[in-house]
Amino acid sequence: MALRPDLAIIADAVPPGSRALDIGCGDGELMAALRDKGVDARGLEIDPANVTAAIARGQSVVQGDANRDLADYPGDAFDYAILSQTLQTTERPDRVVDELLRIAPRAFVSFPNFAHWRIRLALLWGGRMPVTRLIPVAWYATPNIHHVTVSDFRDLLREKGIAVEAAWYLSGDKPTSDAAASWRAEHAIFLISRR
Amino acid sequence: MASLLHQIQHQSVTIAAPLPLDSGQILPSVTIAYQSYGTLAADRANAVLVCHALTGDQYVASDHPATGKPGWWARMVGPGKPIDTDRYFVLCANVLGSCMGSSGPASPDAATGAPLGMHFPVITIADMVRAQAMLLDHLGIDRLHAVVGGSMGGMQALAWTTYYPERLGSAIVIASAARHSAQNIAFHEVGRQAIMADPDWQDGQYYGSRRAPAKGLAVARMAAHITYLSEAGLTEKFGRRLQARDIKSFGFDADFQIESYLRHQGLAFTDRFDANAYLYITRAMDYFDLADAHDGRLAGAFAGAKDVRFTLVSFDTDWLYPTAESRRIVQALQSVGAAASFVELSAPFGHDSFLLDVPALDRLVAGALGSGG
Repeated sequence: MALRPDLAIIADAVPPGSRALDIGCGDGELMAALRDKGVDARGLEIDPANVTAAIARGQSVVQGDANRDLADYPGDAFDYAILSQTLQTTERPDRVVDELLRIAPRAFVSFPNFAHWRIRLALLWGGRMPVTRLIPVAWYATPNIHHVTVSDFRDLLREKGIAVEAAWYLSGDKPTSDAAASWRAEHAIFLISRR
Repeated sequence: MASLLHQIQHQSVTIAAPLPLDSGQILPSVTIAYQSYGTLAADRANAVLVCHALTGDQYVASDHPATGKPGWWARMVGPGKPIDTDRYFVLCANVLGSCMGSSGPASPDAATGAPLGMHFPVITIADMVRAQAMLLDHLGIDRLHAVVGGSMGGMQALAWTTYYPERLGSAIVIASAARHSAQNIAFHEVGRQAIMADPDWQDGQYYGSRRAPAKGLAVARMAAHITYLSEAGLTEKFGRRLQARDIKSFGFDADFQIESYLRHQGLAFTDRFDANAYLYITRAMDYFDLADAHDGRLAGAFAGAKDVRFTLVSFDTDWLYPTAESRRIVQALQSVGAAASFVELSAPFGHDSFLLDVPALDRLVAGALGSGG
């Protein structure tokens, strides 16, 4: 089974032999790909059915909440922290980013870009909160409580003095350029590190 | 009756080596009763130790010799089951202090041949685990693929990771805790006082007297049994329904179904358990606190267990060993960088959920075993 495109990018970018924590790891799909290439991957996941599925496939996953339980990990416990499509669901994304770079020197953060042109059009013309492929749930039921754009995230990193080591922008499953990312990226993946 | 109970023959080994106990006393030799299932691989790498709970025994997947009922975890252990005896050599030892063939208060005094009774030394969970390690040595098993246990069995599994981490691939700890809380100790004390208040207890020297503290032991079991269930489960199963009658008796018969059920549970227990063993094993659990030897820091207990894969499971309706106790262990494991898995499963049966039909638990145990070692 093919990995989701953002997960495939992350799986490629984590070097073998490193230690990684996948936060919001779901049923362990990315962790399985990481394990296959020799990464010591651990997971944190809030949904007990997902945790059960991940443990049943042999992964080390702890049921927990990224808002609270990252604090239980000691500093530099991992080489990489991974937060894919979860930032926008956290109570304080800024503090979560701090935690990521406390428990690991480098972190992958991926999120749906709320400034994608289709979303802009939906708001502009329809006057309604958009429901898209990557933001598939109606406004009243969505777990996404902090919608974020590529520009917002770049600003947050600048304010915090966090370095961007690499960034990938996806439109559909295809990469799009850095310059056009704000409009054209449906999905952004950042590799960030402490300065 | 205790006397009948003690006539059952169990498969056991007697190891003529001294076992130094946490209390400072020494058992000059140790008898351990055990059952095994499956075949030990040529490289001896497929052994799984299953640890039983307070009133459990070594008959994990065999019919119980006293009651004739199926083993207490027959749904979990067997060919093709989550703990697959086609793959693993599964070993279950009766704990030290128990009444099912291992050294305990009913064992004879070496000098007089009379049952030791309360002269048997007080033991701890760590002492039980040391005795299990002696059994493994005797069987030529250096390393366990995994140790698995629920409730007190989980305490033993945790103790294994503290005392023998190098002998373990993984530890699966279900509905358990790294210490006994004040509330846990309180319930055990109620049970012990019920036994010791029974005039038939006779300071523990009842074995030859044709009287045994069955009433006290039954009361102890009734009190404990309540802690194994959930309020929702009790309400669903019994509610306030009356037992075999239409109107209340305005007396002290078992009017309510729950009363009748508890009386039955209490009495049935006296056929398969010894009152003194209940005193000793509950005491061992009360003394259990893995952080004790590490200035109260639980992480210290796991400092040597970085290479052990831990899987912890709690149940949302378990108020005896609630999820917070498992989380406390997980936090300690994370702080030492151990590979830990943890999930709180939803099940209606309270603490007893680990013994009952919870399909998610089966998947978890099978997955955690397959990835261990």
